[in-house]
Amino acid sequence: MAATEAHQAIEAVFRIEQAKLIAGLARMVRDVGLAEELAQDALVTALAEWPKTGVPDKPGAWLMATAKRRAIDIFRRFKMVERKHAEIGRELDETAGSDLEVIEAALDDDVGDELLSLIFTACHPVLPPEARAALTLRLIGGLTTDEIARAFLAAEPSIAQRIVRAKKTLGEAGLAYEVPRGKERDARLPSVLGVIYLIFNEGYAATAGEDLVRPALCMEAQRLGRILTGLMPDEPEVFGLLALMEIQASRLAARTGPDGAFVPITEQNRARWDQLLIRRGLAALTRAEALGGADGPYVLQAALAACHARARKAEDTDWKKIVSLYDTLRTVMPSPVVDLNRAIANSMAFGPEAGLTELGAIEQVAALQDYAPLPAAKGDFLFRAGRFADAKAQFERAAALTRNEREKAFLLGRAGACGG
Amino acid sequence: MRVMVFVKATEDSEEGIKPTAETAEMFVAMGKFNEELVKAGIMLAGDGLKPSSQGKRVAFDGPSRTVIDGPFAETRELVAGYWLWEVKDMAEAVEWVKRCPNPMLGPSEIEIRPLYEMADLAEAMPPEATEIHDRVRGQTKGK
Repeated sequence: MAATEAHQAIEAVFRIEQAKLIAGLARMVRDVGLAEELAQDALVTALAEWPKTGVPDKPGAWLMATAKRRAIDIFRRFKMVERKHAEIGRELDETAGSDLEVIEAALDDDVGDELLSLIFTACHPVLPPEARAALTLRLIGGLTTDEIARAFLAAEPSIAQRIVRAKKTLGEAGLAYEVPRGKERDARLPSVLGVIYLIFNEGYAATAGEDLVRPALCMEAQRLGRILTGLMPDEPEVFGLLALMEIQASRLAARTGPDGAFVPITEQNRARWDQLLIRRGLAALTRAEALGGADGPYVLQAALAACHARARKAEDTDWKKIVSLYDTLRTVMPSPVVDLNRAIANSMAFGPEAGLTELGAIEQVAALQDYAPLPAAKGDFLFRAGRFADAKAQFERAAALTRNEREKAFLLGRAGACGG
Repeated sequence: MRVMVFVKATEDSEEGIKPTAETAEMFVAMGKFNEELVKAGIMLAGDGLKPSSQGKRVAFDGPSRTVIDGPFAETRELVAGYWLWEVKDMAEAVEWVKRCPNPMLGPSEIEIRPLYEMADLAEAMPPEATEIHDRVRGQTKGK
């Protein structure tokens, strides 16, 4: 095997094992930062040894055993006097000698729990939201800081610093590395789902820059969502989030034209929608509803996305059902953005004047003063009502507000179509 | 990237599923592997195929269409099952395939093939062809 090919194979093994490895180590040494370092050290050792010896039969167990031995070295070298560290050292000692079979069996037993605890830790409310996203991508997604930096259009050192700071915060918080149960789990699950959806949206809606979508981020978020459904098979909102992401991602190819321009949902070529992802999304939605979660915010948003996915042609869209789903969503997740989306659906169901009437109150909301989708929607209603000069002004205002270049071009195009 | 992973047929698989202890064991092992794939978030779809004796082929030559009944020769080139995975790269797909339990009783092969992505097609296809292609794939075309 060529050296580069061997390295690729080792990196692939590591990508598959990394999250489990860090999760298991974090539980043992009670420190995410140290756990990640130990995992990295094990990778370095593998890169040195495996090209000579070949990839071992149980690579996950091999990496874990190597990392544990290193942990023991570190604890001994620093002659940890604290009781906690002494205890950890003893626990590690007891298992380090066992063979790979035993370690692998132990890994299999706890891996779900440990991975879930790592996810909850990375998404811990003590961290700022962007730090949660970066840390989740790093620890569970296995992305490099460089990849994360590119995905968020940030400089690599600032992402690296964000991750370092996050790990330090977690270390100082003295967390238990356990999966929260009962009420605490209910309280913290929204943060986990929020982080995954933030990652998805950063890819899907690309808040800034030239590309309308960065599919790699969407794919990563979908993968995290799928992993989470495996770890929490009884949580309807977990399936709701997955359904929402799968259905939205089914439109990725149709959302941009051949020249990269933005294409709105009613004008997308539905033949380009990914039917496999739609089927997977609808199945996840059915599961969420069967678990009794029909009124959860993510399940409702998935149900909304499903209304579009089920319509073979734009004209077949059940806008009245969409309006009623937004009504329910407004009660569980009150937000002016939801109100705006309801107004858009209402205009599609009952005409542009109905939409314009509903916009009146929404326009007073301070939080939406610089929100590009608001004038964009108003422009659309006015355009459909035949008030082209007013529509033009709204589209121009929306274009000035958006930070996405593709969206700006689309909105300026609509302004241009108003004549005058 | 998406890859299609083909489990190639053998003389055994072409005879259909036999209710033996070995087969049962294989199903359990394969079930566990599938669970791993789902847990890792890479599995999009997968199924086993019935023997080619229950399949048909349609041969194309200019305007002619000839239907051929199975079973088909070249057993080892036939497909007995497939997965559709979403992985980061080919190396990851290879690593996952290596972890698959023996899919057949005797020696057998699994083949990994990357799917064309939109970007690959965009370069090769003129816009008219893309449009026709879309129409064929989706039965009804949006505006």
